[in-house]
Amino acid sequence: MTPGLRRGHERQERLQSMKYKGRFGDYGGFYVPEVLMPVLEELEEAFYRFYEDEGFVSELAKLSKEYAGRPSPLYYAKRFSEHVGFKVYLKREDLLHGGAHKVNNTLGQGLLAKYMGKTKLIAETGAGQHGLATAMIGALFGMETKIFMGVVDIERQSVNVHKMKLCGAEVVPIEGGTGTLKDAINDALRYWTAHVTDTFYLFGSACGPHPYPTIVKHFQSCIGKEARRQCLEEIGKLPDMVVACVGGGSNAIGIFAGFVDDKDVRLIGVEAGGRSLSSGKHAATLVAGKVGVLHGAKSYLLQDKEGQVHETESVSAGLDYPAVGPEHCLLKDTGRAEYVAAEDDAVLDAFELLSKTEGILPALESSHALAYLCSRKGKLDPETIAVINLSGRGDKDVSIVEERRPLKID
Amino acid sequence: MKTYKQLFSELSELKRSALIPFFVVGDPDFDTSLDIVKTSIDAGADVLELGIPFSDPIADGPTIQKADIRARNSGMNMTEAMEFIRKVKDYKDIPIGLLMYYNLVYQYGTEKFFSDCYQAGVNSVLVADLSIDDADEITSPAAKAGLDTVFMVTPNTDTDRMKLIASKTTGFIYTVSLLGVTGSREKLSDTVEELVGELKKLTNVPVCVGFGISKPEHAATVASAGADGVIIGSKIVGLIESNLDNKEKMLTEISTFISDVKSAIENQGN
Repeated sequence: MTPGLRRGHERQERLQSMKYKGRFGDYGGFYVPEVLMPVLEELEEAFYRFYEDEGFVSELAKLSKEYAGRPSPLYYAKRFSEHVGFKVYLKREDLLHGGAHKVNNTLGQGLLAKYMGKTKLIAETGAGQHGLATAMIGALFGMETKIFMGVVDIERQSVNVHKMKLCGAEVVPIEGGTGTLKDAINDALRYWTAHVTDTFYLFGSACGPHPYPTIVKHFQSCIGKEARRQCLEEIGKLPDMVVACVGGGSNAIGIFAGFVDDKDVRLIGVEAGGRSLSSGKHAATLVAGKVGVLHGAKSYLLQDKEGQVHETESVSAGLDYPAVGPEHCLLKDTGRAEYVAAEDDAVLDAFELLSKTEGILPALESSHALAYLCSRKGKLDPETIAVINLSGRGDKDVSIVEERRPLKID
Repeated sequence: MKTYKQLFSELSELKRSALIPFFVVGDPDFDTSLDIVKTSIDAGADVLELGIPFSDPIADGPTIQKADIRARNSGMNMTEAMEFIRKVKDYKDIPIGLLMYYNLVYQYGTEKFFSDCYQAGVNSVLVADLSIDDADEITSPAAKAGLDTVFMVTPNTDTDRMKLIASKTTGFIYTVSLLGVTGSREKLSDTVEELVGELKKLTNVPVCVGFGISKPEHAATVASAGADGVIIGSKIVGLIESNLDNKEKMLTEISTFISDVKSAIENQGN
């Protein structure tokens, strides 16, 4: 065999294996234009080359500890627990640098970009948490960073926009479509298409084309591994349920990863019920969607019967997305995880409750998981242990809450 | 029904490249869109590339995105699109390639979609977000329905992959002239001639070039580089956008532009 043919043959074998690795059941895959195939291949190859590399692993561990602030504590929320009538532990990802779990992934992918010799970062963002976490890493590694963000999200998350700019990133406003996360991803993909040679697309959630769902899960699985160890050390046993909010699904897949093999631990994902499920104004993809293809992956999708993708609505910008990570789709179909929706009003109630009972302002995204716990008030054995992924802090959401729930001055 | 094979062999006798305008079906509305297509046929189009509007066209720049929105707002859907194609075929038996996104095919039901397309008079369906690696989801239903396959080659496609793509293509190779999305450009990509040359050496499958071709001289350069067809989208769709309040002027400008491109290609004598 000539060297050229052998290379071609190896490449075909790699593509075949990519195809296999990129699937979660029938979900996932890489439904992208031809121009993106070579870069996804390059990314996959680099990920598998470095993710267990000794130098890479130790550099990431050091940064996770000293820059991001890992491990994050597991905190017993006593007064909140008294309110709902069972034991609630918070996995405090909100205490990480940047105020959310997003830094786990941006450190990992940013380091990967550095190892690949890329000099520029791009990212999409909804609530601005992933955008901020990418801007931080751009500053940390001295990389030019562009953040694509919908105009609606820019308006409702202006504090994060300012923070990104302070970190030296350029924020590119996206007016197309609904001006939210979906449109930011569309434009980030378009930009990447034209700048594939020097630009690394730092994807924020466990969705999109292969290898992103696998990469993001890998870098977020530290949440679940830590939480499991902390449960055993601090509570002396595993929890009965692990609860997380689901937009694209990165914080949920990260914490689920630690418990998925513990068959007695219920895994519960909480989606954005928006105004209400019946109104159609929501982002509850797994609860109310139908299988389709968007942004490079096959997954549940909110769409009309022809396949045009629906506009979504949620009080939390970070969950305002019509598709969902492919692995969640498989976990739903196999029944290993359950998915429910929490509506905006219940979410705001939960936001206020955690603030009042614990002095912790949760992100509106994470408040969805809290809202599910509130809905179980009085319905569970008092000895029930629930771990929730408090994926982000709520400072960024104060103005939204203020608008929706004006405080009375006594 | 006229096939790509017949068309490209006729044109090859004449030593001429095919002129392939692109439109979004139903932009800005069904009737105007049909008049635009008829005008372009009269002005010398050899093949039509028709886009089915989608909510999230990730391979398209702003011009086509806006056309998608206009078409969807005017009520274009798959049933209407099939009707549109039948009306075009009634006007003239010209080869038609669809350009669209996978979710629309998937929701329609892949087998039924291809068979309905064939019935309506479609020659090929290029799914923009389905690369050769996942193409087995469509190649066999497309072949079963009697359709030709069209796949993309881009400037970062390596030689082995080009060979693989050529081996799975029965219609023509849609060669993307640049790294990027659709949209008109001032200058033609300086790698396009080399790319066409490499493809022509590798395969006998017709090679057509699109993305960023915006002027008659761009088309002439691509034709003289040996391309079997020249695809022009955003430039023409832009003429629709800039004349939305004056249909007559819109049709005249499109007709003039297509005629100019046609003469530029013919003067190349490929």
